[in-house]
This record gives sequence, C-alpha cells and structure tokens, in this order.
Amino acid sequence: MRGSRKVTVTASMLLLLSLASSVLLLRRLDQVRSYATLEEVLYFNSPKWVKRLSLGYDGLLADIYWTRAVQYFGSRHVVGGADYKLLAPLLEITTALDPKLIVAYEFGANFLSPKPSEGAGQPDKAVALVEYGIRHNPDNWRLYYDLGFIYYWDLKDYARASEAFERGSKVPKAHPVLRVLAAETAQHAGEIRTARTLWRMTYESTKDPMIRQNAVDHLQALRIDEDVTRLEEVVARYREQAGTLPATMSDLERAGFLRGTPVDPTGWPYKLMSDGRIEVQDPDRIPFITKGLPPGMASPQPKPTKK
Amino acid sequence: MNRVVHIAANTFREAVRDRVLYNLIAFALLLSGAAILVGQISIDIERLVVVNLGLTAVSLFGVVIAIFIGIGLVSKEMEKRTLYTVLSRPVRRWEFLVGKFLGLTGTLFVNTFFMAIGVFAALLYVSVPHRFQSFDAWILAALFFIVLQFVILCSLALLFSSFSSPLLSAVFAFSLFVIGSFAEDLRGFARMSHGLTQWLATGAAYLVPNFSALNVIGQVAHEQPISGHLIVYNTAYALAYSAVAICGAVLIFERRNLK
Repeated sequence: MRGSRKVTVTASMLLLLSLASSVLLLRRLDQVRSYATLEEVLYFNSPKWVKRLSLGYDGLLADIYWTRAVQYFGSRHVVGGADYKLLAPLLEITTALDPKLIVAYEFGANFLSPKPSEGAGQPDKAVALVEYGIRHNPDNWRLYYDLGFIYYWDLKDYARASEAFERGSKVPKAHPVLRVLAAETAQHAGEIRTARTLWRMTYESTKDPMIRQNAVDHLQALRIDEDVTRLEEVVARYREQAGTLPATMSDLERAGFLRGTPVDPTGWPYKLMSDGRIEVQDPDRIPFITKGLPPGMASPQPKPTKK
Repeated sequence: MNRVVHIAANTFREAVRDRVLYNLIAFALLLSGAAILVGQISIDIERLVVVNLGLTAVSLFGVVIAIFIGIGLVSKEMEKRTLYTVLSRPVRRWEFLVGKFLGLTGTLFVNTFFMAIGVFAALLYVSVPHRFQSFDAWILAALFFIVLQFVILCSLALLFSSFSSPLLSAVFAFSLFVIGSFAEDLRGFARMSHGLTQWLATGAAYLVPNFSALNVIGQVAHEQPISGHLIVYNTAYALAYSAVAICGAVLIFERRNLK
C-alpha cells in the first residue's frame, strides 16, 4: 500500500469512527445535562436585555425563545409538571421580542394560569401577559377572549370576565360569540353551559394541538359532570317510584327511565353503585372530572403525553 | 511524531510573536478590569458580573484568535511559499496539518491561561472578604470547556483553510460557531418537525458542533456545580468532533494540488 493511500484509508476510517462517536456522545450529553443545566438557568431573564442583545434580529430570536417555551412546558409536562417557573419569563421574553406573536399569548393564557400540573398556577402573570398583548394588538379579538377566559375560569372574577368579552366584542371583525359570552357571563356565571361555550370557543379558535387537547379534555369532563348529575337524578326518581334503589342500569331501562345503557364520551358505560351513585369506569383516564369519582378521590389531572 | 512536535512548536512560536495576539490578550485583561468597574456599580452582583463578563471575554477573544489564526495556517504558508520547503523535507502532509493544529491549540491554551489569571484576579478583587470560595473552582471547569470550544474551532478553521480562501474560511468557521451555539435549539426544532424535515434537521443538528453544551458560563456565574459526567462527555465529544474535522482536512489536503 502506498503511503498516500494508507493515509487516506486511515483518515477515512478515523473520520467515520469519530463521527459516530461524536453523535453517540452528543446523545449521552443530552442525558447527562440535567434540567438545571438545560433549563433552570435562564441567563438573561430580562426581556429588555434580551431585546437589546438581539441586535435587531428580534424576529429570529423570538422564534427561538418561543420554541424554548413550548419545549420547556412539554418536557416538564411529560414528567408530571410539578412547577413551570420558567414559563412566564420565557413567554415574556418571546413577546418582548415579537409583540405580534399571538400564539405566545394564547399559550400563556392557557398554561400560565391553571394550577400545576395543568399549568404554572400564575394567573396574575397570565393576565399581565395578555394585557401586554392587547396593548400591542388592540384589534385582535382573540386576546380579549383569552383575558376573559382567565378571569372566568381561573380567577372566577365574572364581572371582569364579562368586561373583557365586552371589550373584545367592540373590536372590528370580532367573533360574534364574544357578545354572547359577555351577556352569558354576566347572567349565567358558573353554569355548565357558559363553561361549555368557552371551551368550545377555545377548541375552535386555535390550531395549537396542546391547547386543543386541553379544550377536548375539559369538554369531556363537563359532559361527564352533566351526565352523572342527570343519571343520579334518574336514580332518585326511580327510588321514589319503586321504593328501592335500582340494582343495575337495566332496571332503569325496564322502568322506562333510560333508553339503552348510558356511556361516557370515551365510549365506556357508566357504573351504577350499590348506594345509587354513578361512577365512571376508570376515573384516572378522564382528566378534570369533578363528578362520577369514587368517594374521596380528587379530580384527576391530564396524563403526561409526549409531544 | 517528532516532526509533528517540531511543526507545533514552530506554529506556537510564530503565533506568540504575532502582535495581534498580544493586543488581544491585553484587551482581554482590560475587559477584566472593566468588569471590576461594572462590578462596583452593580450592587450585590459583583461576582456574577465579573464571572459573566470575564468568561465571555475569554471565550470571544479566543474564538476570534482561533478563527483568524486558524484560517491562515495553510494559506499563509502557501503564500510565503514556506509550505513547499517544509513538504520537500521528509514531512508528510498530515503531519504538517496535525502539527499546525496542535501548535494553534497550544497557543490558545497559553492565551486562555493568562486570561484566566486576569479573571481570577478580578474575582479576588471584588470578593468580600478578598478570598476565593469553594464554588469558584467551577470557573476552572467553565474555562476548560472554553478551551474545548477553541479545540473544535481550530480544527474547523483548519478544515476550511485546507480547501478554501482565508476570507471564506473565516465566514464558514464563524457561521458554524454561531449555528453551533444554537445547536440545542436546532435539535429542538428537529424534534418538533415531522417526516423528511425532521430527518434532515436531526442530521444537521448532529453534524454541526454543539457549542451550547460547552457553555456553562451562566451556570458557574450562579455558583452551580458542574457534574463530572458532563466534563468527561464534553471532553470526549470535543476530541471526537475535532478528529472528524482534522481527518476531513487531511483527506482534502492529501489530494490538493499544491503547484
């Protein structure tokens, strides 16, 4: 073998070996680098400073921070989401860099406000973020909707929620449902039908898969809460008529109270308990339900899913 | 091996004689001095400012040196026609390249050593009382990672200079440095995309150097420890990646027509 050829073969083999090693080592590095290294140290946590350091490349940097925010939330959610303390600064930086990035406000409204593990449990930060968004995008009705949603759902401040929906309904090209929501929130606050209108609106007006899934989960939970209430009323009526509790759902069918076995939105039949209560088959499977649970069980939270 | 060491020593001597190099060291020390001033007007975060500013200065000046000296390693020798003299002796082309790489890496190591003295002196100055704390030792790990960054950059500059003009080599090397600093975000984008885009983005993310894993300045500034595993894997990664670039440079340089 000539010297030059020998060098070529050796260098080629070494190159391939080193390349494979570097890829493997990079994968190991990802595992070794803990949250502390990767995420918990936000070097520049001041939006103003990050904007100054972006040297005018605000848009690109905003996209990078937006990706970081989504990844941060997703990765914390996968491990149970005990806290999301960096979500607020990441979204604040993102929107400071690009105040027109509506999806960031939408994400903040949906995941900054709810309590862990569903969200960061910081409704005040969510309100501040969306108000900042409204100041920079006063003609975007969606932001008023998000603000009203936070006040209604998380803060239970129905007067402010109604006010936010009302403000949004006056924006040019606002969705007509905002006017309905303003009136419903004022007159029927706390009722299931208002909650359903809100979550359906959230589902229909977003493209973000995480926000859509969250809305689907809440809509299912509302439907189950409603079903369980209705079925327990049916059981009570049967007891009044027959003088005893029904042993099975078939007893209710035979007595003409039900047409077929009732099933939950996921297709599983409801269970009739010996004390006349109604329970879902597998409560851990259905997040956010407040009824149809075994006695003493807390409302289940969504199962972590890999994005 | 002896020939590689001789070339490395010559490269080191040449770089040390370079006035630009001295100016950069002086400037880095000046910046560390500025850190003291900034530290004094930044209430309660003097140490944070000194570590952030000092290590960032060490990194940036080293990066500039690595790129601008690295890209001239081959082209300057060709321009001055000294390369032909060297290669006419019993020196193989790969020995020339590896010697040049080791020489520049050694220069940067020495350079970083002096800059590190400046950083620690500034740190000692702003600390109350004037003594080091145990967590200050992590700054050494951050400095070591910075040196590893230089090792990768030197190898990349050498790779580009083996087939391209100095200007283009500088552009390529600097671009890779910027992209590599966002390597983790690139992998994040890859994870969020689908289909062919995901494959291409993942491939690109593994191909570019990962400088973000080597940047622990923020972590040590906040007095957080560096794990031993991270030191081991980062060292192995930097050596493996540099080996890729040097092997690439050798393969190209072996075939290059030097006439």
